[in-house]
Amino acid sequence: MNHSTDNVLTMQAISEIEREIIEEFDLFEDWGQKYEYIIEIGQRLPELDAAFRSDSYRIKGCQSSVWLNCHHRDGKLFFDADSDSTFVKGEIALLIRVLSGQAADAIIGADLAFIDAIGLRQHIAVSRANGLASMIKQMKLYAVGYKSGESHVR
Amino acid sequence: MRVLTDPAVTKISGFDLERIRKDFPVLSETAYGKPLVYLDNAATTQKPRSVIEALNEYYSGYNANIHRGVHYLSQKAGEAYDRVRVLVKDFIHAASEREIIFTRGTTESINLVAATFGRKYISAGDEIIISGMEHHSNIVPWQLLCEEKGAVLKVIPVLDNGELDLASFQKLIGDKTCLVSVVHTSNTLGTVNPVKEIIRIAHSRKIKVLVDAAQAMIHSTIDVQDLDCDFLAFSGHKMLGPTGTGVLYGKAGILEKLPPYQGGGEMIESVSFDKTTFADIPVRFEAGTPSIADVIGMGSAIGYLSTMDRKAAGMHEKFLLKEATAALEEIPGVRIIGNSPGKASVVSFVVDGLNALDIGMYLDTRGIAVRTGHHCTEPLMNRFGIPGTVRASFLFYNTGEEVRQLTESLKMAIQLLTKK
Repeated sequence: MNHSTDNVLTMQAISEIEREIIEEFDLFEDWGQKYEYIIEIGQRLPELDAAFRSDSYRIKGCQSSVWLNCHHRDGKLFFDADSDSTFVKGEIALLIRVLSGQAADAIIGADLAFIDAIGLRQHIAVSRANGLASMIKQMKLYAVGYKSGESHVR
Repeated sequence: MRVLTDPAVTKISGFDLERIRKDFPVLSETAYGKPLVYLDNAATTQKPRSVIEALNEYYSGYNANIHRGVHYLSQKAGEAYDRVRVLVKDFIHAASEREIIFTRGTTESINLVAATFGRKYISAGDEIIISGMEHHSNIVPWQLLCEEKGAVLKVIPVLDNGELDLASFQKLIGDKTCLVSVVHTSNTLGTVNPVKEIIRIAHSRKIKVLVDAAQAMIHSTIDVQDLDCDFLAFSGHKMLGPTGTGVLYGKAGILEKLPPYQGGGEMIESVSFDKTTFADIPVRFEAGTPSIADVIGMGSAIGYLSTMDRKAAGMHEKFLLKEATAALEEIPGVRIIGNSPGKASVVSFVVDGLNALDIGMYLDTRGIAVRTGHHCTEPLMNRFGIPGTVRASFLFYNTGEEVRQLTESLKMAIQLLTKK
């Protein structure tokens, strides 16, 4: 595939951010410490504009809901989100840190290997409780929609 | 781990909690390096060594397909399998082992009734009554049936304390009612429903009753002849047995009139392309090779329960529930959902402003296994206006110390999650 120079740079940026996150999580000794850190960043996630806390922005999980909004500026996509679960907010905060501000192609192509590397997937993958996979899917769908020009991304 | 038990139980009956815990290998496991505190017994119970050994013995000693084999191994397996039917019959005090149908679990047992009794007796305009605290598996099969037949589903309301509104039931039941299907013990609230009274009322109008006893079997002694229920559904894995096992009890007089459930091997008498005749009950409802090893394992579970002092076990569970309830009530912001008198050892709660999933995940980091969410009872959650609860469900092998760990860890979770 023929990537533009721009996209190659953003791809590197994504992997760079992922590497930073992996290094941060390396400092923790056990799952309990990782949980507390994810809660902490969840609590720090900026509040989502109430206008976006409606059903059209909602991703319904089995035990939590996520509201995800996307807008674009200069060819880059930006996400903001909220959840009724602080832990899920922490996960969103990580995803936003990696994907927000990136180009659509970079978002679509991101493999998000950090989720495995920080040991998050093993705690959530088997459970339908956590809508992480749906969140990632929705972020990528926004990017696909933006690319094809038929998006509801404003 | 310090083992704390009700002094009264230990004193009166010699209930030896430490010895009982040793029968369940998983209980000495760790989670994240911490001793496992298993409080998710309403989802599935742990298995005693005797059950695990029964599975092992079957596969290493006499694995064979049953009933139509002429060889030694097949007969040995067949005998062990058939013996479980007698064990189940005695365990629930059924009149005959012909009334015991093996299924994959409570869900399949209920679906079996919907597919056979429902197919034969329910038609357009008929009514089926369930309750507002049913598990989805005692809702959805009836919804599917109602949709297919044009029948109507009616729901007995739940009172604020988690009891059924029996007065409303008396008004719901009528000439169009064809079946009442209610849960014996609520998996979410622990409420023990007055099923005997419900059955009496239904029978006075010649209406058949199915009892969902999935949660009841491990906590209560069930006597189907005393209850006089027409059907009783339960799972092996919620009463110390393997997953993939279950039972449908049905009165022989009713089962004999029902059409088959699934078609296949085992359930036939003879097959030709012109006409197939079906086996007698209960085999008529058991198409295909059954889960032989697991059924034998369920037999071992019944054996374990039959030899233990279940009265003392019940007293110990009441003690755990009392301790947990008292400690939870003292924590600010905690609200227990379901306070019916005489409830089973299940405590469901919410914490003001906090998400149940976050709490459950925190408890998990401490090695404490609870369940969070709607517990497959979404309509019940809507009734209480909550998205879900944290549920701790205790069994006789749990300790007072584990209850203390739950409540202490909960306090830490609340502190962490409310920190701004």
